[in-house]
Amino acid sequence: MTPEPTDFVETQYATFCAPPNELVLKSGARLGPITLAYETYGNLNEDKSNAIMVYHTLTSDAHAAGWHKDAKKPGWWDPMIGPGKAFDTDKYFVICSNVIGSCMGSTGPASINPKTNKRYGLSFPVVTIEDMVLTQKLLLDHLGIPRLLCAAGGSMGGLQALEWAVTYPQAVRSVICIAANTRHSAQQIALHEVSRQAIMSDPDWQGGDYYGKSVPARGLAVSRMIGHITYMSEKSMEEKFGRKLISKEKLGYDFTHDFEVENYLKYRSDSFVQRFDANSYLYLSKALDYFDLAEDGKLVDAFAPATASFLIVSFTSDWLYPSYQSKQIVKALKANDIDVSDIEINSSYGHDAFLVEVEGQSNLITHFLNRIRKAAHVGAG
Amino acid sequence: MSEQDKNKEAAPATGRSPQLRFDHKVIMGLIEPNSKVLDLGCGDGTLLSRLIQEKGCHGTGIEIDEKAIYQCVAKGLTVSHGDIDSGLADYSNKRFDYVILHESLQQVLNPRRVILESLRVGKKVIVGIPNFCHSWARLQIFFWGRVPVTKELPYQWYDTPNLRFLSLKDFRYFCRGEKIKILKEVGIVGNRAVRFRRNLFSNVGIYLLEK
Repeated sequence: MTPEPTDFVETQYATFCAPPNELVLKSGARLGPITLAYETYGNLNEDKSNAIMVYHTLTSDAHAAGWHKDAKKPGWWDPMIGPGKAFDTDKYFVICSNVIGSCMGSTGPASINPKTNKRYGLSFPVVTIEDMVLTQKLLLDHLGIPRLLCAAGGSMGGLQALEWAVTYPQAVRSVICIAANTRHSAQQIALHEVSRQAIMSDPDWQGGDYYGKSVPARGLAVSRMIGHITYMSEKSMEEKFGRKLISKEKLGYDFTHDFEVENYLKYRSDSFVQRFDANSYLYLSKALDYFDLAEDGKLVDAFAPATASFLIVSFTSDWLYPSYQSKQIVKALKANDIDVSDIEINSSYGHDAFLVEVEGQSNLITHFLNRIRKAAHVGAG
Repeated sequence: MSEQDKNKEAAPATGRSPQLRFDHKVIMGLIEPNSKVLDLGCGDGTLLSRLIQEKGCHGTGIEIDEKAIYQCVAKGLTVSHGDIDSGLADYSNKRFDYVILHESLQQVLNPRRVILESLRVGKKVIVGIPNFCHSWARLQIFFWGRVPVTKELPYQWYDTPNLRFLSLKDFRYFCRGEKIKILKEVGIVGNRAVRFRRNLFSNVGIYLLEK
């Protein structure tokens, strides 16, 4: 895959909430200034009605599509965003913003606190999905866009899309929520807690104050390994690795790596450690665990303010965000007489299916967006 | 392809053509313009799509087959992926003007509950059933001593998706027992309505119900 000259994109930055106008977070803490890294693809039409915001996953970033200069691969959702693709940039203006708390260009624990001129570390306030969406709304206001044609995302991105739908119903016409839920189950929280403990029990973590010193690489790597296991299914791991050995004829009978799956986890976690901040992993995983759309009562009531049309997608083998959780969303939306389509796609890829099953999702998203666009009489950008 | 679609594929006698299926025409005739419709077992969404385009209805479908969901979404329909037996509980009372149960009732696990649930969420319910006791089927049983296999019901006993075998008469008795009002009964054979002795000559019965 080689990029065309028109495929190159650059990350942009917007800064808001400079003191004394800091943002009051859900926890009550104040944070400012806040910078968000974001990218846009396609053109905004004249009446600013063709904007789609896509929300990224826990460890992803604003670079959803196209190519950065000298990059080896395109953005994380490139198969879905671009001319003629599901999020067709000939028709739509697509925005992707990095969330607060992340380390991929937006303000997070690895950022410099202007008050102390030191990195925030654990003095960074705990952020929530609600806070992420709040800052993304500030970005949308900054771009002068009154209403999204669609809010779309998978996994953590799906949670943000749902939160947007109930917090800013007037600012969104449709929602695409993929492999997500409205609250983390005990199992999901438990898996995250193991990941966090892996980081925090690394001696290099130093209470989060490791910047400029050696980073808690081992802890972060273990937490990423756990992540990768949860993103796959038993079947997809079996198909990909089975019990294949790595360049060995027989078992070593020691504690070096024997199996390909061991090597894979090491390779993926080592590359992750190079690009991701351990504290950000703590903050963002906590944000996911704290999220509960129905924290004030019933899920049906939580969706009452929503007015958008919904497309809810889940995958048969996804055990991290199982289909029944998506069905609960559908049920609550139906109870509110909200327009909702849903599908459970048959896939063996587990949670990863969200990024892997391109054909089926492209088909669905293309037609779903066409319907929304036609109903709203939205012109191309 | 869902079992229902297979059934539809194998049912040329109900007058299917891409433009006009006689059974669909009958159902369309029973539905008031601009109604709110729920199509249970909507298949590829052909009927629902026509109701929306030609009668200005608002509609949503429930369908178990994944491929059919893509076809529905491609037609611009709102559709939910699930089975009819559990799909109705999500809706509040009298949410829809019409609930359509066409070519799907004989395949549900608990038809009585599905019909009563449909009457709960819909002001009116349209039920389409294959008639297992039309003349040709009766002849097969009587003369050959075999369970009927016909164009409309092409399955052998070991591969049929149909769980329920009933006649128009059976359905009338059921409605009487449940105090369900039959507002209209249309018997269909081929491309036309059956005028008399419907239970003997119809391949398909279509009912408009109310409770």
